[in-house]
Amino acid sequence: MADALRAYGWIVAMWVRSTMVYRASFAMLTVGQFVVTGFDFVAIFIMFVHTDTLGGFDLPEVAFLYATSGIAMGTADLLIGSIERLGRRIRDGSLDVMLIRPVPTFVQAAADDFALRRLGRIVQSLVVFGWAMVAVDVHWTWDRIVLMPVMLVSGTVIFASIFVLGAAFQFAATDAAEVANAFTYGGNFLTQYPPTIFAKDLLRAATFGIPLAFVNWLPALHILGHPDPLGLPKAFQFASPLAAVALALVAALAWRAGLRSYRSTGS
Amino acid sequence: MRVYAAIAWRTFRRYSTYRAATAAGVFTNTVFGFIMAFTYIALWRARPSLGGYDVTDAVTYVWLGQSLGMVGALWGGGFREELADRIRTGDIAVDLYRPVDLQAWWLASDLGRAAFHLLGRGIGPTLVGAFAFTLNLPGDLVTWLAFGLAVFLGALVCFSLNYLFTLAGFWLMDARGVHQLAGVLAMFFSGMLLPLNVFPGWLGDLARALPWSSALQIPADVFLGKRQGASLVSALAFQAGWALVLWLAGRALTLLATRKVVVQGG
Repeated sequence: MADALRAYGWIVAMWVRSTMVYRASFAMLTVGQFVVTGFDFVAIFIMFVHTDTLGGFDLPEVAFLYATSGIAMGTADLLIGSIERLGRRIRDGSLDVMLIRPVPTFVQAAADDFALRRLGRIVQSLVVFGWAMVAVDVHWTWDRIVLMPVMLVSGTVIFASIFVLGAAFQFAATDAAEVANAFTYGGNFLTQYPPTIFAKDLLRAATFGIPLAFVNWLPALHILGHPDPLGLPKAFQFASPLAAVALALVAALAWRAGLRSYRSTGS
Repeated sequence: MRVYAAIAWRTFRRYSTYRAATAAGVFTNTVFGFIMAFTYIALWRARPSLGGYDVTDAVTYVWLGQSLGMVGALWGGGFREELADRIRTGDIAVDLYRPVDLQAWWLASDLGRAAFHLLGRGIGPTLVGAFAFTLNLPGDLVTWLAFGLAVFLGALVCFSLNYLFTLAGFWLMDARGVHQLAGVLAMFFSGMLLPLNVFPGWLGDLARALPWSSALQIPADVFLGKRQGASLVSALAFQAGWALVLWLAGRALTLLATRKVVVQGG
């Protein structure tokens, strides 16, 4: 484990050095990432020019959902988001090179093309988060305060697991990498908005299927003091770590199964 | 002319070979369509007839956006990565002494790609949307034809924008940063995140006057029957005007860039 982490650190450092060769482009890409996610929030802001509440949530509350989802997604993307390039590595055969190196394949694939510019998304989410924390009307009790970091870490693990599941799926369907986007970027987009605006079936799928509801919706219901549109037991609002661990296990198994079934492209 | 038709046809064929990728794209667009449709419904429930749309118009707009998003390729996935690569590696020198026009070559190739994305990725999401929600589909042939024309003109505008941003690579060496910023502007000002008629005040006026509105807002308004008669003609003229201006800008920039090319080695 320590070796794997050290190897991850080495690969990351190498990629950071290589991006710094094109400094102007790096600066633009980082600012770009900051702005990309920023415009999402501008769109939400424009919605609130026309209405005071969306699904019973006011602007600071939606900003809270937006920011917590963005921080979790951004961190997962920064740490292992590159794993979505796996399909390309399988197609051009360069995955074979990774298999024979004395570093776990997972570590190499996760650190592959590590992009520091993705900090842009995290910083932007943190800015919105700071504003939301000031503007949101919450009575801060200790359970709500403890739930905050628990929610952010669990959310990061859930998004990271979905990245790994998406990559594992590419062992079966090399060309279909974009399917994963529906769950990673789509999941991020979904959890930016209040759960109350979506159909009940979609909420059930996001709770019991792919556990996106645990990223921020369920804990946020407790923090913000909103009733659960599905009427689930209160325990669900504290169960994000369980959901995260369960999904991480599933993702680990899927990755192993995928790697084991891998037969090189041949030539 | 025949050579350009052949290029367009080959590119169409090339994209059509990636069937799993196309299916995956349709799936992803459909998922995003569902999420966006619910957010728009929540907004229009709070403010019926916002921006001159009713709920049905707004939901239709969502699915049109998911269907047309890839046609313009404004946020990547088109020719621009390929052209940027040729500029960065110097392969562009080979392209420049070919007996075809560089700009027209890439336009032909991009139109072939756009046609494939319209058929392969465009029809699917809107069909699913029509099953799951009530959509406002045009009832008369004229509107469908006008919509087709608006999409075509939009594709011309998108091509020229992508081409201009990619030529910046001649000066910057690495066009990825420019591409990302261009993608952000396009996403916002095409009306992909929110219809431009909902943008408030000067921001709305600005957004509607910029070329990106040709990519989604105008085709969608034609589709929804918001543009008829004189208003339809002026919308199409707006698109054609931007297409011409941007094409000429591309011409000028190509000339400047070719003068700048230094072929190394040999």
